[in-house]
Amino acid sequence: MAALQEGAKAPDFTLDGSSGQFTLSEALKQHRFVILSFFPLAFSPVCTDEMSLFQEVQSEFKRLGAFTVGVSVDSKYVQSEFAKKNNVEFPLLADFHPKGEVARKYGVMRDDGIAERALFIVDSSGVIRYSYVSELRVNPGADRLLERLEALQGKKQ
Amino acid sequence: MTADVHLLKLPVTDDDWSRGALGAPVVLVEYADFQCSHCQAAYPAIERLLASFGDRVRFVFRHFPVASIHPQAEQAALAAEAAGRQGKFWEMHRRLFEARGALSEGDLLGYVRELGIDTARFRADMGDPELHAKVRQQKMLGVRSGVNGTPTLYLNAARYDGPALSDSSPIASAKGEAEGPSPSAGETELRDEIERLLRGREVRGQME
Repeated sequence: MAALQEGAKAPDFTLDGSSGQFTLSEALKQHRFVILSFFPLAFSPVCTDEMSLFQEVQSEFKRLGAFTVGVSVDSKYVQSEFAKKNNVEFPLLADFHPKGEVARKYGVMRDDGIAERALFIVDSSGVIRYSYVSELRVNPGADRLLERLEALQGKKQ
Repeated sequence: MTADVHLLKLPVTDDDWSRGALGAPVVLVEYADFQCSHCQAAYPAIERLLASFGDRVRFVFRHFPVASIHPQAEQAALAAEAAGRQGKFWEMHRRLFEARGALSEGDLLGYVRELGIDTARFRADMGDPELHAKVRQQKMLGVRSGVNGTPTLYLNAARYDGPALSDSSPIASAKGEAEGPSPSAGETELRDEIERLLRGREVRGQME
């Protein structure tokens, strides 16, 4: 199944994670945008990984009204440790049971048991405004997210 | 899958720290963090490549200190800039990478003395808001250019997504010890990519 595309309704979900329970529809009541960052596995052997990069960019994301969450198939205990070790302040969610269910709903679950490296921006009406699947070994970076969030500023939702 | 190109948002200018010929056909830009072990491991590989390509490659170094996981990275970046004000940027750049993470304030001052840098002026420059702003701006423009970890390399302004230079998997273990350690797969692939770019320039040059 291919990743959900721009314009599609973002499936609502609730997951446990590094900072308690998170429900997409609840978060969208408080933030103009939610960035969903699916990643393959916590503690992957890259020095500065995607979550650290997104931590560095938090002030920019917040300025643009976006709340960030990371999602992988790891358990909430792993996510908590991963967040703690890398000083990641935004929630890392455990798509653990049924394994990869949320990733599957977004069309980014792989056959080998992990999620793709995928990014979505969901607006406050629950519509996907950006969808991107990266090559698995390549961190996508934050440039496209910032560009899209800027383009979405001021637009009616 | 999308394979799109991420381009440098900040072109290489006179404000950059650069080595090699100004008109070199290939420009290699590195965004790095002195406290990052992958950057430290990539350092000798980059030096080897620069030595072998000589005038044909210009190298530019930019800061990308990842403060959330590397608490000393920003100070180290500032130390290189402050050393640069006394004409010792590349000497400090080398010292900081070779220090492999020994980057406390005491360590930094030790390197300053080693390199014959004026300590009082160095201290004053470390606190200069202008240098802080320069490092911060380089980092944010790095984010805008698609820096996705450290080190991130750009070849002629396009992000290079090849395997890590620090990748230690030997390419030709059968070569034996006599030739010294074999280059990593990442180093070999970057070398091939640079050669490919150089060949492309030559072919275009002949056609013109």
